[in-house]
Amino acid sequence: MANNTNTGNFDSFHKQKHKDEMVKQLITFALMIVFTLIAFVVVLTGVDKIFAIPLLLLLAVVQVAFQFYYFMHMKDAGHEMPSLMIYGGIGAAIVTILALTLIIWW
Amino acid sequence: MSIATQNKGFAAVLWDYLTTVDHKKIGKLYLYAGGLFFLLGGLEAMIIRIQLIEPENDFITAGLYNEMITMHGTTMIFLAAMPLLLGLMNAIMPLQIGARDVAFPFLNSLGFWMFLFGGIMLNVSWFTGGAPDAGWTAYSPLSTTSPGHGVDYYIMGLQLSGAGTLMGGINFLVTIVNMRAPGMTYMRMPLFTWTTFVISVLILFAFPALTVGLFLLMFDRMFGAAFFDVALGGNSIIWQHIFWIFGHPEVYILVLPAFGIFSDIFSTFSKKRLFGYTAMVFATVLIAFLGFMVWAHHMFTVGMGPVANSIFAIATMAIAVPTGIKIFNWLLTLWGGQITINSAMLWALGFIPTFTLGGMTGVMVAASVADYQYHDTYFVVAHFHYVIVGGVVFGILAGCHYWWPKIFGRILHEGMGKLTFWTFFIGFHLTFFIQHFLGLMGMPRRYWVFLEDQGLDTGNFISTIGAFFMAFGVIVFLINAIYTAIKGEKAPADPWGGRTLEWAIASPPPYYNFKQLPLVRGLDPLWIEKVEGKGKMTPAEPLGDVHMPNGSFIPFVMSLGFFIASFGFIYHATHDVAYLFLFGGMAIGLGSMLVRSLKDDHGYHITKEELEREAD
Repeated sequence: MANNTNTGNFDSFHKQKHKDEMVKQLITFALMIVFTLIAFVVVLTGVDKIFAIPLLLLLAVVQVAFQFYYFMHMKDAGHEMPSLMIYGGIGAAIVTILALTLIIWW
Repeated sequence: MSIATQNKGFAAVLWDYLTTVDHKKIGKLYLYAGGLFFLLGGLEAMIIRIQLIEPENDFITAGLYNEMITMHGTTMIFLAAMPLLLGLMNAIMPLQIGARDVAFPFLNSLGFWMFLFGGIMLNVSWFTGGAPDAGWTAYSPLSTTSPGHGVDYYIMGLQLSGAGTLMGGINFLVTIVNMRAPGMTYMRMPLFTWTTFVISVLILFAFPALTVGLFLLMFDRMFGAAFFDVALGGNSIIWQHIFWIFGHPEVYILVLPAFGIFSDIFSTFSKKRLFGYTAMVFATVLIAFLGFMVWAHHMFTVGMGPVANSIFAIATMAIAVPTGIKIFNWLLTLWGGQITINSAMLWALGFIPTFTLGGMTGVMVAASVADYQYHDTYFVVAHFHYVIVGGVVFGILAGCHYWWPKIFGRILHEGMGKLTFWTFFIGFHLTFFIQHFLGLMGMPRRYWVFLEDQGLDTGNFISTIGAFFMAFGVIVFLINAIYTAIKGEKAPADPWGGRTLEWAIASPPPYYNFKQLPLVRGLDPLWIEKVEGKGKMTPAEPLGDVHMPNGSFIPFVMSLGFFIASFGFIYHATHDVAYLFLFGGMAIGLGSMLVRSLKDDHGYHITKEELEREAD
């Protein structure tokens, strides 16, 4: 019961956290749009393929990371098992693709 | 609810099972359906063996023979072994971790009905102009050019049942991650739960490859695409890669749960903690990991070149290391133990030499140079029957004898159990041991007939005699199951002196499993309590209301919808009426999904008072 006197502080702490979280979400969202715009601009302006393809792939990887870590909250505590599964799956897929491209069809 | 389950009419029981979301009932449904398909697959095997009993036999035609071998393989892998294991997992795994149900009971039911309709789909093909006949691997271009609709049924049937399996795998993963009882850490989980967990990961990663492959094949066959058509710029080898990227992990999806069953049985009937528990867990994980890196060893003779062949050969041989660790750990669990030999233990003991033989020929076929000699001969047939029958079927039968009391509340008859074991075990080795030599002498697999006086006559005759022994063993098991259901001895909660949580509750368990979730204090939690003189689990929570899910008929309707739509896909090119099936079925399936999404179903509570009223 004694804790009740602190509810005001407790609330303000959570409020601040939610506010920070919201700011992060908005920044991520804005960055996502910017990245998408860059991708479109790169293709529309006809940048050389040798530069454009790696850039698009890099942007895609960053966007996937944003999706996982910010929108799907993988950065927060308690997401160890999903991380393990996702990285395990990505690992298995990469090894498979490497095997197919490097040693089977070369 | 609980009292009303007594003395119901047939229609009420049927409705109960059609709508159930209880993991124990779904486990039973998997066992019934899987058992039925096992008998079908066995019948197909008998027909194959009768055809091969003598040279140039004409018991069945060549075309029908192709259908037999295709359906035997497909049925045994996808419709018998998988669901029987999923049934045991469903029935036992939640009990072993001290959970009241799986994480998504609705999804569990949907998974079962998808599997069942997929299985029915495949077998409908017998009556509609011919079953699939391109082998269970359905290699293109044979599968893309096979006339008739047989392979179409293969595609749609496996797509349906594969979706069901994927749901089951995801469900088990979430259950094990989130619903372990207080104190049940990962490193305290029984080996059967561990292997369930690991194979669920394998299902999650491997089945999408099958789904994609089947879709590509479907587009090629039904919609005129050319993924596998070399003439139009496709690549028919890609099918083999996609199939085996799924297919090799599938082998471990089948055999690892069997390893888990044997681990539990060895430890229970040796009255010892499993030797090298940690090593067993890591060996399981390692086998699963390596299982993804070896798919191309099925394709050594395709012409991938020496570099690829060598790398895949070495990776394959590496799997023998963790498997060897397991074999030695089982032997050392037996070592110095107080061993009880009953029918469950007999299967486990018979498994060790049988599976080791299969593993040894596995290393032989993994040597890519030697594989040019073995490939597509009966040597390979002998090898994979040693691992799949000697590993998986023995495991399922061991698990059935071990957990029958927990699942059905009655103990299987020991005498008949032993008779099943000995006839099946002897019959199995008669059938398949000789096939190693038939293969080495050059008998190719999948051939309809063989010629006289090429040294193959006696071997094939012996092999067929062995198959009859196995059939006899299976029939005795069936009689045993029926006898037990009628006159069998009622099982106590803990008939074997068990060590794990499933033996801490009544046989069969009440529909809410644990009145109070148990407190787990270490590996083999029930054994710890027995050793320390308490004999039963300490509750981890006060008695309170139990939240239960409501039954639902939607999974059945949803699966039925997709089942109907599948016929539409198969016949849309030739019959206009098929579009009715296609759109009608899809409407039923998607409509059920919509209903499920829009209708809130919060389940119900069993009140504390009701729980208190029920006797322990």
